[in-house]
Amino acid sequence: MKNEFKVIADLIEKDKKVLDVGCADGILMKFLKDNKNANIRGLEISKEKVQECIAKGLTVIEGNAEKDLKQFPDKSFDYVILSQTLQAFLNPELVLNELLRVGKKAIITIPNFGYWKVRLHLLLKGTMPITKTLPDEWYNTPNLHMCTIKDFVHFVKSRNIKIFKSIALNKLNASLINERNLEIKNLSADLGIFLIEK
Amino acid sequence: MNIETNLKTLIVKNPLKLDCGKTIKDFPIAYETYGSLNSQKDNAILVFHALTGDQYVSGTNPVTKKDGWWSYAVGPGKAIDTNKYFVICSNVIGGCMGSYGPSNLDSENSNIQGTNFPVITINDMVNAQYNLLDHFGIDKLFSVAGGSMGGMQVLQFISNFPDKSKTVIPIATTSSHSAQNIAFNELGRQAIMADSNWKEGDYGSNNSNPGKGLAVARMAAHITYLSKKGLQEKFGRKLQEREDLKFGFDADFQIESYLRYQGSVFVDRFDANSYLYITRAMDYFDLAKQFNGNLSDAFKLTKAKFFIISFTSDWLYPTQENKDIVIALNSIGADVGFVEIESDKGHDSFLLDVPDFLNALKNFLDKSYEEN
Repeated sequence: MKNEFKVIADLIEKDKKVLDVGCADGILMKFLKDNKNANIRGLEISKEKVQECIAKGLTVIEGNAEKDLKQFPDKSFDYVILSQTLQAFLNPELVLNELLRVGKKAIITIPNFGYWKVRLHLLLKGTMPITKTLPDEWYNTPNLHMCTIKDFVHFVKSRNIKIFKSIALNKLNASLINERNLEIKNLSADLGIFLIEK
Repeated sequence: MNIETNLKTLIVKNPLKLDCGKTIKDFPIAYETYGSLNSQKDNAILVFHALTGDQYVSGTNPVTKKDGWWSYAVGPGKAIDTNKYFVICSNVIGGCMGSYGPSNLDSENSNIQGTNFPVITINDMVNAQYNLLDHFGIDKLFSVAGGSMGGMQVLQFISNFPDKSKTVIPIATTSSHSAQNIAFNELGRQAIMADSNWKEGDYGSNNSNPGKGLAVARMAAHITYLSKKGLQEKFGRKLQEREDLKFGFDADFQIESYLRYQGSVFVDRFDANSYLYITRAMDYFDLAKQFNGNLSDAFKLTKAKFFIISFTSDWLYPTQENKDIVIALNSIGADVGFVEIESDKGHDSFLLDVPDFLNALKNFLDKSYEEN
């Protein structure tokens, strides 16, 4: 299981009700179900991925986060997870608000456009950055609203969203982000993981 | 109907109060089973059939000599694996394969009941079939499953008996018949009633049969089970055993010949009055209405695990109507999974060899059973 999922799993206590939005093939869901006894549901847009989840015995709803989150009542999950997808929505703010409405807490991860490799790629090559986390070309990327860790922190603060924990991930190293090290983490981290609440 | 004498029948002694107000008792429920009930009695699946189905889910139907209506899904090693599960299916009341229906004789005057048969509902069908649990000594089913009208019965069953099944699988169905659904059913009923042989439903004692009307009803309904794309690909404008148009009203086109055939074979196995009664039961089905307009309340008391399946090309019970059930369940935090299967085979997809559907069904059942 990828390191990002391990960090996410560490943020979730046992026996919680969890919704994984964009759960893909259900690897994180399965881990949380088996190891954290989570009462877990998934929402996934791809029919093939939904089938993979069913084959793992997971409860998944085929649907679209931009349209289908509204069916869940307020605060009906302890945690709502959104992994590396926020930047791909037409209206990320709307989705973020929905996640925070449905979940008591939300765990959001974002690929960091401020990562030094990304910056260097654009600076030296003059073409759109391609990294492990951002593998697509400009013409076929699903990402519509790339942001940096710093952008995301500024954004949630401006919306009065509480940040409980910010974690910078670079390959295997996870470290906490705080006000003092924000600049450096914004440069060194490939991925940002945020535990938030509204 | 030439029903074989080895028909399995349960005579229900308990009085059943029907929605129309009438109470029935000592009535027959004809059923069939597949696989065997294990000693813990925790592997039973109650399958509900659709409008023109019967208890013969799998294997060879002894009346039609054709494969059972859900042979693709039910059988040894199949999605609903009868090596593992004990499958029970019964003919709905109102039907014509041995259960209490309009072709039965009236106990008081020995006449065929015809339209003296009470108007029944999906709720009545389900309440009648519930007696099978007692009959087999099953406290809790592992699953209830069915497509189309079978799905309506699934929803009604878990609403009526919230703790009597661990899993619930409504397929290609709706919680309430739409105006379009009612319209198509009315077309079928009018075709039957317009046949002069129908005789106000009393054709049984007149030795006649409104076969022409019933065939037209079946033809019209059959079109609603298929998709436009599926029909076009299978038939297009292909001609039936002729080089050119004949400038007449014979079946020039293959699609005409196909529908006529479907109509004619249907008449041999189905009772016209049953068709009227069962379509009426479907039209009356509105689960939300039973709960003052709140569909979620129908499922409030159950802890069962739901898995809802729809098909992309089903325009009779389209994905949105299936999703409405998912939404009602999610709004009360129920355990519900949902998948829309890609298929161009229309509403009939649930009866056909659609691998994505059959795999999903199998995986859901087997994984849920492992967790038991």
